[in-house]
Amino acid sequence: MSATTDTPLLQTPLHALHRELGAKFVPFAGYDMPVQYPMGVLGEHLHVRQKAGLFDVSHMGQLRLRGADPAKSLEKLVPGEIQALRPGRMRYTLLTNEAGGILDDLMVTNLGDHLFLVVNAATKAADIAHLEAGLDGGTSIEPLPDRALLALQGPAAASVLAHLAPASGIPFMSAASLAIGGIECFVTRSGYTGEDGFELSVPAEEAGKLARLLLADPEVAPIGLGARDSLRLEAGLCLYGHDIDETTTPIEADLAWAIGKRRRAEGGFTGAETILKQLADGPARKRVGILPDGKAPAREHTEIQSNGVRIGEITSGGFGPSAGGPIAMGYVVAAHAAPGTEVQLVVRGSLRPARIVPMPFVPHRYFRG
Amino acid sequence: MTETRYTASHEWIRIEGDIATVGITAYAQEQMGDVVYVELPEAGRAAEKGKEIAVVESVKAASEIYAPVSGTVTESNTALADKPALVNEDAAGAGWFFKLSIKDKAELGDLLDQAAYDKLVAGLE
Repeated sequence: MSATTDTPLLQTPLHALHRELGAKFVPFAGYDMPVQYPMGVLGEHLHVRQKAGLFDVSHMGQLRLRGADPAKSLEKLVPGEIQALRPGRMRYTLLTNEAGGILDDLMVTNLGDHLFLVVNAATKAADIAHLEAGLDGGTSIEPLPDRALLALQGPAAASVLAHLAPASGIPFMSAASLAIGGIECFVTRSGYTGEDGFELSVPAEEAGKLARLLLADPEVAPIGLGARDSLRLEAGLCLYGHDIDETTTPIEADLAWAIGKRRRAEGGFTGAETILKQLADGPARKRVGILPDGKAPAREHTEIQSNGVRIGEITSGGFGPSAGGPIAMGYVVAAHAAPGTEVQLVVRGSLRPARIVPMPFVPHRYFRG
Repeated sequence: MTETRYTASHEWIRIEGDIATVGITAYAQEQMGDVVYVELPEAGRAAEKGKEIAVVESVKAASEIYAPVSGTVTESNTALADKPALVNEDAAGAGWFFKLSIKDKAELGDLLDQAAYDKLVAGLE
């Protein structure tokens, strides 16, 4: 997933700004990305929960689908209800494979005459190839490599944006075109932290100006990938390549809510046979929240046992700064997936008690309007 | 007489007679970021030079701590259980990890002195 040593890392349009802000960088999905700033992961995480944080997510793929009926065309490849998505509205969905596995998770916004998609950085090339092969001939794919993507997240995000763009009071999971400090942005009220917030798509050459404008607000701090990961884990949200991948189905991943009612009845998407069978019969394993007892974090790939028998594995685990202790998510066999079930985690060779718990670990605070 | 030595894996060891106190360097805590948990050895555990003896976890990841010399653990820093952030705040002092009785003082000769360690870190930055 990350670049090998002999592949030069790509940079986002904000790379120089990250350097100026004192970021530490890590390779992520082929990009040289800021993992933290001088505030540190813990401080950045708490800042987002208390005020507002600015994330550079320009590594993610932005693209447009155009044609006579791009929604109908896309529905062949995703289990989500896209045709009923009203103009200006946004939805989380999944690209699936023939076996019902997940090729990517993505956001789809209906912009009237076209669909706007945001896909993961590590999968964007494969996603575009998959869309090219699977969409009908009348649908064209337009990647937008010349646009940057910024996320402004946290309880103060709305007031920060309101100072710069008075018409920013859109509800969660909807979109608007806004001039922010004179910069034309395509804005959605969305994000991946569990907090209220916005994602701002902007021409690459304007990204630095927009970022500096937002960072000039005393409520806003720059936030790296480290805190992005702990925030989304506390919010119970999946990280592609870790919590979901080609070997996990939407049902196993507890993402059945992303499958529309009509889609359940009609099928007609890649992998529908397996996915709808699992929906009816129940999956063999399930993604769950896991709360370790005590203070020791249990990391990705930690084995989960029940009375000496392996029942699953942690796919994301660490310390939740707002949860105030270790938190994790992973897959367990369905018989052990009920909240309250006691399990054991194999951490450095010793068994540590833990419980299956509902997610999120920290309540979502989305703006419902 | 007290003297402090360092390992290339960024532990410090402060030697007072036959007893040594071990912690991680300011450079190491800076690299790890906010420490949220430290797993320390119990008194009586045998430490073997270069082998894992403790684990320090930041929000981001877990890092192994290696014994700078062989010996027997005599005490660990219980304050870290409630306040692991001491490792960030005072890596060379209140954030110490454990003490051990040194088995073979000849092993101290393999460690870095302050100047050699400073040079190592300068080369990393």
